[in-house]
Amino acid sequence: MTDLAFDEMHGFTGQEPRSSYRAIADWLHRTDHADLASQQQAAETIFRKLGITFAVYGDEDAEERIIPFDIVPRVLAAKEWGRLEEGLIQRVSAINAFLTDIYGKREILKAGILPPELILANPQFRLAMTTIRPPHDVWAHICGIDMVRTGPDEFFVLEDNARTPSGVSYMLENREAMQRLFPDLVAAHRVRPVESYPDMLLAMMRSVAPKGSGDDPCCAILTPGQFNSAFYEHSFLADHIGVELVEGNDLQVVDRRLFMRTTEGMKRIDVLYRRVDDDFLDPLMFRPDSILGVPGLMDAYAAGNITIVNAPGTGIADDKAIYSYMPEIVRFYTGKDAILPNVHTYRCREADDLGYVLDHLSELVVKLVDGSGGYGMLVGPRSTKAEIEAFRAQIIATPQRYIAQPTLALSTCPTLVEEGIAPRHVDLRPFVLTGSKGTKIVPGGLTRVALQQGSLVVNSSQGGGTKDTWVLADDEPTIPSPAANGKEA
Amino acid sequence: MLSRTASSLYWIGRHIERADFVARLIEAALQFELLPQARGSDDWGSAVSSSGAMDRFAASGQDVNRTNVIAFLAFDQDNPGSIMSCMDMARNDARAIRTAITRECFETLNEAHLAMKTQVRRGKTGDIQGFIDWIKSVTRGFEGAMHRTMLRNDSLWFLRLGSAIERADNTARLLDVKYHCLLPQGEEVGGTHDQAQWTALLRSVSAVTAYRWIYRDGLKPWLVADLMILRREMPRSLAACVDEAGAMLACLRADGGRTGAADRQIRKMQIGLTKLQVDEVIKSGLHEFLQEFLADNNQLGRAVSDQFLF
Repeated sequence: MTDLAFDEMHGFTGQEPRSSYRAIADWLHRTDHADLASQQQAAETIFRKLGITFAVYGDEDAEERIIPFDIVPRVLAAKEWGRLEEGLIQRVSAINAFLTDIYGKREILKAGILPPELILANPQFRLAMTTIRPPHDVWAHICGIDMVRTGPDEFFVLEDNARTPSGVSYMLENREAMQRLFPDLVAAHRVRPVESYPDMLLAMMRSVAPKGSGDDPCCAILTPGQFNSAFYEHSFLADHIGVELVEGNDLQVVDRRLFMRTTEGMKRIDVLYRRVDDDFLDPLMFRPDSILGVPGLMDAYAAGNITIVNAPGTGIADDKAIYSYMPEIVRFYTGKDAILPNVHTYRCREADDLGYVLDHLSELVVKLVDGSGGYGMLVGPRSTKAEIEAFRAQIIATPQRYIAQPTLALSTCPTLVEEGIAPRHVDLRPFVLTGSKGTKIVPGGLTRVALQQGSLVVNSSQGGGTKDTWVLADDEPTIPSPAANGKEA
Repeated sequence: MLSRTASSLYWIGRHIERADFVARLIEAALQFELLPQARGSDDWGSAVSSSGAMDRFAASGQDVNRTNVIAFLAFDQDNPGSIMSCMDMARNDARAIRTAITRECFETLNEAHLAMKTQVRRGKTGDIQGFIDWIKSVTRGFEGAMHRTMLRNDSLWFLRLGSAIERADNTARLLDVKYHCLLPQGEEVGGTHDQAQWTALLRSVSAVTAYRWIYRDGLKPWLVADLMILRREMPRSLAACVDEAGAMLACLRADGGRTGAADRQIRKMQIGLTKLQVDEVIKSGLHEFLQEFLADNNQLGRAVSDQFLF
């Protein structure tokens, strides 16, 4: 499969590097493997010292493990990014309009675009939100849209993460590492900066504060605590935007207002960026056994005294069954065709599709509609007969829980592995921010890479790694002279 | 500041101080061991007592000897007062409140944590003196990072408040235990063994030269007590620790922190020490005085948690 895939550096031909990668190709060509490997080691040391670790559920020995970082950057030319950016803004605008609609007038259901039971009987649908309007009508403030590529102009959306997408800290730290290790290479590429993300995030949060919270709204980030797999990111973000990182037991709702317990007494919070799932937000409203949230939070929310980022109930928009309707959803709310296409998706809930899927399991990728993190999925071409048959039984038992997609020839990017530089499959997760003043994206995002040869699963919980993503200010870098680049040689 | 954050900072301060102290206890016991043994001396037992964990150690049913005590005080993860446990707890707290301390402070603890894990995994725990020196350098490194890089604000005040209260506790404990085992049966006060014990005690808190510098006199038990209890110049003396804790509480007040029981308690402790002469302490009983001080200091710790809503 690797042989057929589009390579980010060499294209389909495997010959001359594409123009945006010329300087990278040159650098890889003149630096020997041992030097690259030692730089890779240096990067890992930096990360481990900074405590960038990632807890993997169900793996106690590896309570703290570094997500592998690959030093070969993934490059996007200015015009490639331009189209992606336009498409992402369109898609996220549609997602927000969709959420306003289905928790409000439900015009999309009246128009017969979606089967009503797909929304109303969906476990991600939050009935409570039908009577609450999020301040400024923004629902999905932070989206991480997973993109894959199969050709020079063929980008597809693979998943819309509209709940609490993670990975943005790796985007920022990867850049910092690259700048430390290869300052000249970064400079020669005129890479558009990502450092403004924390400022953009804070500005977005302040812009959606409830009315009446004054000129200086108090923002905070809610974390499940230090044993959560993404805790490092929660603390990283709190640190970089300069707000408190709170846990459920720091918070209290009094008179339908949210407060945090401080050494100076109780302090009011206006905007809460929660990195806790809906189910755990408020034991009075959702799961009664949750100790991660705050009793009464949803009541304060209903009273309009707090903004929750992202709003509860956004999970419906990244449900994989809804995903298959995204082209129609985009068209319905924006009046235009989606700039970014979906991957063709078979809905196992529909008899025809189910039949096709069961006949072609060995060729397809099958996913749970509400699964994430690479769990609960079948990659047909890479599975044994026994695995396929086990999965078949599960699909037949509850077909509505599954969708299937053709196995895409995901693009590859040169990656440093033990044997040297080799192509490995990559995806891209840009982070899209929506506040009361519109939608913005920091150029680039997180490139994830499947480090196993031929593997298509890039999730960090499944052994994937990351790369720095360079969006060039121009379409191609100026080739640095070897002398100016001596440091890396 | 979040009360939880303040609590974590306070406990980082305490645990780092405790780790340093336990390292010094082991060092002192190693030195005592080199002295010609007097009958009934129990250097390793007194190290465990000074750490405040004799009950726990006794419950384990182990013999009191060099190997067992070192394993217990340095590496035993079931002993919450071991160096290993203290460093782990400090690092876990630091990780939980990563935003409240500087990168350099965090890195010091994180690197120490990683190095200790590796060392224990490889079973390289034989060079105890090397380990002690390393722990002392880690705690110095943390304090250096703290003084050099942290903003002068409530984060720093809570860290230092924790250190000061823990340090007072440790000094009082150290003195109390040495008070008990100071005079091996049948030996004269001021005998050679006695002198050597006091020297080792001073050395364990790096205060031999300080003693000479302040008193310009031979080692006398009451002067050692004076140095460790009342001398404000001596960074480990009870008076200096109480002053430091008082200063930190004053900074927190000035920064708008809540006021209350802890402020009253520290005032009471400060006044108590100001009026005191060492003769009175010795006359009315050093042990009783230290026990009372430890109780007051514990009360201060509780008042701090109440006052700042920990």
